[in-house]
Order: sequence, then C-alpha cells, then structure tokens
Amino acid sequence: MKSAVITFPGSNREGDVIRALRQATGHDPVSIWHQDADLPKGTDLVVLPGGFSYGDYLRCGAIAARAPVMDAVRAHAARGGLVLGICNGFQILVESGLLPGVLMRNAGLKFICKMQHLKVGRSDTAFTSHYSTGDIIKVAIAHGEGNYVADAETIARLEGENRVAFRYCDAQGDTKAGNPNGSLNDIAGIYSEKLNVLGMMPHPENLIETLVGGTDGRGLFESLSAYRGAA
Amino acid sequence: MKNAIAITPELVAQHGLKPDEYQRILKLIGREPTLTELGIFSAMWNEHCSYKSSRLHLKGLPTKAPWVIQGPGENAGVIDIGDGLACVFKMESHNHPSFIEPYQGATTGVGGILRDVFTMGARPVACLNALRFGSPDHPKTRRLVSGVVAGIGGYGNSFGVPTVGGQMGFHSRYNGNILVNAMAVGIAKADEIFYAKATGIGNPIVYLGSKTGRDGIHGATMASAAFDDSAEEKRPTVQVGDPFAEKLLLEACLELMQSGSVIAIQDMGAAGLTSSAVEMGAKGDLGIELDLDKVPCREEGMTAYEMMLSESQERMLMVLHPAKAEQAEAIFRKWGLDFAIIGKTTDTLRFVVKHHGETMADLPIKELGDEAPLYDRPYVETPKRPVFDPENIPSPVSNRAALLRLIGSPDLASKRWVWEQYDHLILGNTVQQPGGDSAVIRIGDGPRGLALTADVTPRYCEADPFEGGKQAVAEAYRNIISVGGTPRAITDNLNFGNPERPEYMGQLVYCIRGIGEACRVLDFPVVSGNVSLYNETNGRGILPTPTIGGVGVLDDVTRSMTLAFKAAHQTIILLGNTKGWLGASTWLVEITGREDGAPPPVDLALEKQTGELVLGLIRDGLVTAVHDLSDGGLAIGLAEMAMAGKIGARIDHLPPGLPTHAALFGEDQGRYLLTVATNDQIAEISRRVGTSGSDLIMHILGVTGGDSLTLPDEQPISIAALETAHEHWLPSYMAGDA
Repeated sequence: MKSAVITFPGSNREGDVIRALRQATGHDPVSIWHQDADLPKGTDLVVLPGGFSYGDYLRCGAIAARAPVMDAVRAHAARGGLVLGICNGFQILVESGLLPGVLMRNAGLKFICKMQHLKVGRSDTAFTSHYSTGDIIKVAIAHGEGNYVADAETIARLEGENRVAFRYCDAQGDTKAGNPNGSLNDIAGIYSEKLNVLGMMPHPENLIETLVGGTDGRGLFESLSAYRGAA
Repeated sequence: MKNAIAITPELVAQHGLKPDEYQRILKLIGREPTLTELGIFSAMWNEHCSYKSSRLHLKGLPTKAPWVIQGPGENAGVIDIGDGLACVFKMESHNHPSFIEPYQGATTGVGGILRDVFTMGARPVACLNALRFGSPDHPKTRRLVSGVVAGIGGYGNSFGVPTVGGQMGFHSRYNGNILVNAMAVGIAKADEIFYAKATGIGNPIVYLGSKTGRDGIHGATMASAAFDDSAEEKRPTVQVGDPFAEKLLLEACLELMQSGSVIAIQDMGAAGLTSSAVEMGAKGDLGIELDLDKVPCREEGMTAYEMMLSESQERMLMVLHPAKAEQAEAIFRKWGLDFAIIGKTTDTLRFVVKHHGETMADLPIKELGDEAPLYDRPYVETPKRPVFDPENIPSPVSNRAALLRLIGSPDLASKRWVWEQYDHLILGNTVQQPGGDSAVIRIGDGPRGLALTADVTPRYCEADPFEGGKQAVAEAYRNIISVGGTPRAITDNLNFGNPERPEYMGQLVYCIRGIGEACRVLDFPVVSGNVSLYNETNGRGILPTPTIGGVGVLDDVTRSMTLAFKAAHQTIILLGNTKGWLGASTWLVEITGREDGAPPPVDLALEKQTGELVLGLIRDGLVTAVHDLSDGGLAIGLAEMAMAGKIGARIDHLPPGLPTHAALFGEDQGRYLLTVATNDQIAEISRRVGTSGSDLIMHILGVTGGDSLTLPDEQPISIAALETAHEHWLPSYMAGDA
C-alpha cells in the first residue's frame, strides 16, 4: 500500500493520519503539498486529512476543491485509485464533486468534539475489511460543519446502493439517539459509486492506541494496509 | 523632527499617562515628544507592558531551579523536561477585550499566547484556559459564556492545538469584568530555544505575518476628537483573530528557525511594533531604526502613530542573518505570508522611526523600558476573618440533599458543554481529557508526558489573599501529583482590581507573597506570567484571581493515574488531616448563602510531604485511583470518583469528632482520596504514612461497589442521579432553561 497525504496550508490532522498509516502499514506515507500538480507514481491511496484547508472562512473545502493537486486526485479516483477524506477531507470531496451531498453546520450550531459511536455499513470494501457489517465502533468527532445533507433522490440512491459507510449511533447501536449533528439518515460517511472513495466526518486516526482513547479506528487503516487491489 | 500636533495635558491624559509621568518623559528626552513618541511612551509605560505597580512585588517570586532554562522576562518560560526536550509555556489574560466582544476577545487571547510559545521555537501541543464569569442570573452572562467559549474553540480548533483543560467559575463580582486567561504549552529541543535579544550591527529587521491595520490602536485612549479626523478611526478597539494566518505563521517560523537564519524573534502582541522592536534592541544593547514605508499595511494612509500602536494580530518581528534573508523570504512566500525588511540594528542605542523620509521618533531605547515608572503603591492588608468552629454552623439540609445541590451548582457542575466545543483530541496525544485533576498529554511518541492544570480559588483569595495565593499554587501542585506527575514550574496570571486603591493593592501584594511562599516550599518556581490590573466596574474590583498554570512531568505517560473508581471491593482511603473547615467553603455559599469566614490554611511543608508520598504510591503501583480534594470537600471528591468510574461506594467511617456535614464538605487542604486493591497494599501505605515523620494521617472510609454512593446515615444516591445533577446545569442554563 503506497499512500500519499495531501497537506493544505490549514490542514491540522495530517500528522495524526500519518501516524495511523505508519502504525498500520509499517512505513510513512508521502506528504504532498497542495500546490503540487502530481501524485507520486504508483500511489494506491490518497488521504485528505482534517483541518481548515485555507481557513475555511468560505464554505468548508470550497477553495481546497480547486487547489492544483485536486485535479490529480480526481484523475486518481477516476482510475479507481483509493481516496480517503476525513472531516475537512470529506468536505473537500463533496466540494470536488467526488462525492454527492453537502456538509452543513451542525444542527446545534456548535463545534463538537467527543467520542462517538458508529455503525459499520458494510465490510466488503478496501476501507472496512477488518470490521464486520453492523459493528459498533467508538472513534472521535471534532467538527462544526458535519451535518450531512443531500436531496431525497441522492439519499435514496446512497441507501439503495448500500453506500453509507458509517452511521452515527449510541453505544447500543441506536442511530437516531446517537446522531450528534443532525445528518440525514445519521450518515457519518459515504462511498463513491465504485466504493473507491470514502468521505467521513469522524476521526478513526485518533483511535489507534489503547493509551489514547482506544483502538477502534485502527481497523480502517489495517483494512487499507491489507488491501491488494479490487477483486 | 516636526511636531504637527501640540502635546496638551488633555492629550497626555488620553494616553493614560499621569502628569508626573509626562514630566519624566520631558526630563528623559529633553524636549517635547512628537505625537508618535507620546504614543510609544504610552504603550511602553502602561501597566500591561511596564508592570509599574507590580514589578516591585514580583521580584519576590522564586524563579530558579536546576530545570529552569528561562524564567520570566522572555515571551514564555522554559523548563527542561529531559530527553533533550524543553517545555515552553505561559498564561496570559484577555479580560477587557473579551467583555467588549467575547468571541474576538477570546480568540485573540488564544492567538497571542500561542505566538508567545512558538516565538521561542516551540511547537504548541496544548492549550488550557481559566474563565470567570458574572453571576449566572446576570443578563450578560449567558452571551459572554457562549461567545468566549466559541472564540477559544474557534481559534484553537482551527490552529490545530488541543485544548485539554481549564477552569470555569461564576461570581457576581465578575458581572462587569469577566476573566479570560489562556495558557499555551509547547515543546522544543532544549538547545534550540529562540530569544528576543538582537545581536550584530546592521542586521536586517524583518516583519513577518499578516498586514498591519488600524485595529487595536490604543483602545479607549484614542477615541478622541483631537486627532480623529474621520469616522474611519472609530474602529473597535478589539482586534480580530485569524487562526489560519497564525497556523501559517507557526509553520513558517518553525521552518525559518530550522534554516538557521534567525538571530532574534519577538511576536507583536500588546503595543505591537513598538514593544517588539524596543524589546529586541534593548535586550541586545543595540539601537533599532525602522522605515515605516516598508511595513505591509492593510489600509492606505496609515500614519506612523497608527503603525506603531496597531495591535493587528498574527505578526512577528525578527532579526535575520543578512546572508540568509533571501532563503527566509522564500519560506515565507511558500506559506503565503508577508515578508518585509523594515529596518536594521544600529550601534546608537536609539529607537528611530522614519516615515515618508521624516524622523517621527528618536528615543533612547534602553530607557524606554528601564526608565518606565516604578510605583511602590500604598497597600493595606485584608482584615483577618474569623475561623469558624463547625459545631456552630449547623446544616439546614441533609447531607444527601447538600451533595446533590453542590454537584449541580454552577461552579461544580460538569463543564462538558464547554470542553466539547474544544478539539481536545487533535494530535492524538491526549491521554487524560478535560474532567480529571490534570490533563495529561504524551510528548511525541512517548513515553514522556506532561500534566497540565490551571487553578485558583478566588473566594479564598478574597478572604485572605496570602492564604489564597498559597492555596492556588498548592492546588496546582496537588492536581499534578494526582495524575502521577512531578510538579516542575508554574505560570501565574494575576488578575486584580485597581492598584491605586490600597485595599486592592493589598490583595495583589499578599497574593504574590502567598504564591512566592508556596513556590519556594514546593520547589515549584514561576517561569512566566502576566499581570492584569484595573479589573473593576463602578469602583468595585473583581475577586482577586491569581490563576496558576501548573506543569508537571511524567517519565512514563502510560502509567498516569486517574480519579475514576476502577473496580468494586476496593478500599477507599482519605489521606490528610480533616478539621471540617467550613469557612469560605463552597458548601457555606451554596447551602447557607454565606460567603464569610477565614479560608482553610495550607501547611506547605506537610503539603510537600504528602505530595511526595502520593507520588511514591502511584509509582509503586499501590493505588488504583487518586483524586485530590478541593471545592466541596470529601463528598464531592467521592461523587466525582464514582461518576468517572460508574462504580458506587459505601462510606462507613468519616474522620472522627466532627459534625458529619463538616467532615463531608469541609475544605481542609492537602488531602487526597485513594483506592487500594489489596490488604497488603493498605498495610504498606499505612506503614509509609506512619514513618513519614510528619503529622500526616489516613482514614479508611469505606469500599467501592454497587451503583450508588452511600454516605453514613443517609439514603443511597444513585450514580445516575449524581450524573443528572452534575451534567444538567450548564447545558440547560445555556439553553435558557435554568
């Protein structure tokens, strides 16, 4: 697994995701600067980390979606390459048109940082093979604009095509009760049509060690590490 | 130099300078100052920059220890934490701006303190804050809480530093003057610390970061018609923060420092360009010459006066090695930041400011700082209050009812509503989140860690400034011990009323003495700090609030201790002496409505012995949970341990010879609650306490287990009921329901 982490000037969780990838894969991902036009040859996975790409004083991710490096990311995705967008990365993916929908301000209008349970939608993707469908995992959330919204048709399509990667839930798996930000259908993360692009608001990269909260996020990076290409 | 505007007594007064201070200026420079010079003096000689009322007393604080690399006087304090690493930290207030405009006031407070830390070459790894608001029923309180918390979060979350701990309290004495104290902590290599001292003659002075605007110019003193030619100048005096620009500045500065091109660096905080330039020159025994035509400005037509006094945020000043200026510029361009050579160091010891080819200021640089007024202001000691005998203060309610009320009272209620708005998990090193005795963070990939806390009990400081000052330091010490950290050093943020009133000056003097005494005995020196005076409204000062930010070191962060009960059937031990001290206690205020009585004294020698003993118990694995006792005493401590572990407890014995409410809610100092798993371990702890050679005593109170907390002779209180009381108040208050 050859991975690249894109750094925008306002990215701030790039170090966290680099650490998670290092622990899962045994080696460091390549860091790509937002003004670079190309990805390294042979890149399997591109990660768009959390943060505030260019300050996000406009719509989150709107400027980042137009950064030079994003053309290369779009081309990578079109070739079937893996793309993981976490938090701000998810916002950038929807702004880039790589994923449908939009992330609005949290229903409570406040930034929320806390431990959050998620229900795993499916375990047959490159990102989740180390989980089982329906697993309840505990990871972190830290966002002000994570309220996933899309038109009814899009939501129906996502559900119909089984593209909801994770749903918010409480410790018992109750999705309605566990929704922290008002997202439609309690959506915490979604896949692209070909399941090679995953955008998610929660931070699995902050849950990779027992000492710091737990290891429920590790499975995602281990799944990626074990991935050997589409079947 | 031409003086376009006559310096009138009114103009002098508008600059916050007293007539005798103006005479001092005239004597120093031998002529009438220009307007720009008057502005420079007012910036350098105000209380904030010159410490003119507090300097004399601050000298008494201990600032040295073998592990102290840099004490007060630089942008932040620096201590050696082992493995070639240093911890750089400081706390600073942003009280007045936050009251006027809570969101921006708080953000710029956080931004300023982060800059103080990364200016020294450290990457920020944690923030804390201590907040004091007015009474919850005051009409402004809710809006201020909401704005300040959002502002702190808004800046730290975007900048990318976890906000891991702090303190928040309410009191009517803060109704017109809230306190926002922000602390930042960074890590640097111990041999790569950067300082403000300029060296070399003819070296370029470089301006970095955001552009200069008219924001923050001189606050209230500038709203004057004398030189207010247009409405343009009636800008808000509160600066606006841009965490994204700060993040860029951080990355660019650290990259620049790595390149070896930086000789000296100083952030532009209070008094902006003036204070940073003067400080770099004065510290290096050099003159500084600035050409303001080169300063990157956000607005057209800014005068020299405005540029010298602007407090626009996210700016830095550096002295660079001339040969590396080009390389430095490339780094800043990469991060999209302004970079301009705006002056040079000289051998004249003069501070010269030029604009449009004219000299606007030409002042002796050393004297600007050294000759600032120093006042030995008159002060009176706060009258001693009576020591209460708990037998004379009966409880009007059951202990069960008192506990439920206290645990949900504004000061003791859960602050989850606050810290969930702060990203406390970013960087992936937060080992202990907000809500414990101290926050614990791992340094890099470990195993070393830091214990961080912010403490003060303003009630005690009001009742007895000396004891209150001691207690603030002792509580920080205790909170660090409780998580298994070795207390190393503090930063102090001294928030007081008007020093020209002898009673408030007395509070400042005696609090400082108490802090100094505690720091000396506990070997816990002051390495940085900030003084905020004139915190008063309509002649009434705030409660004296010397916030103490404490830093401790853990050699192995995987062995940090927490307060949560870990399992059923463990023995609960109270370590320390209990006299049932109800004077100035939370119980006395919340249950009887009284705010009187002497506060609990701190026996510092015993505090140290107890602390070292507890640290030994943690290191040797003899205890399973540790919690220090503070506001609300033993009962609150037990409730907090039960809630954290979701395990109940049955208390069978209390310290003898006291009314039960005094034993449960008294706030005697120097005490810890421990849980212990085995009888052998109890025996060993007992042996250590017995041979400690001090007056230290321990009591076995009861045992953990079940899902309720049962106090002697009371009905059980379910943990669920405690949690409801504890978690309910703040969210419902903020929603307008309480």
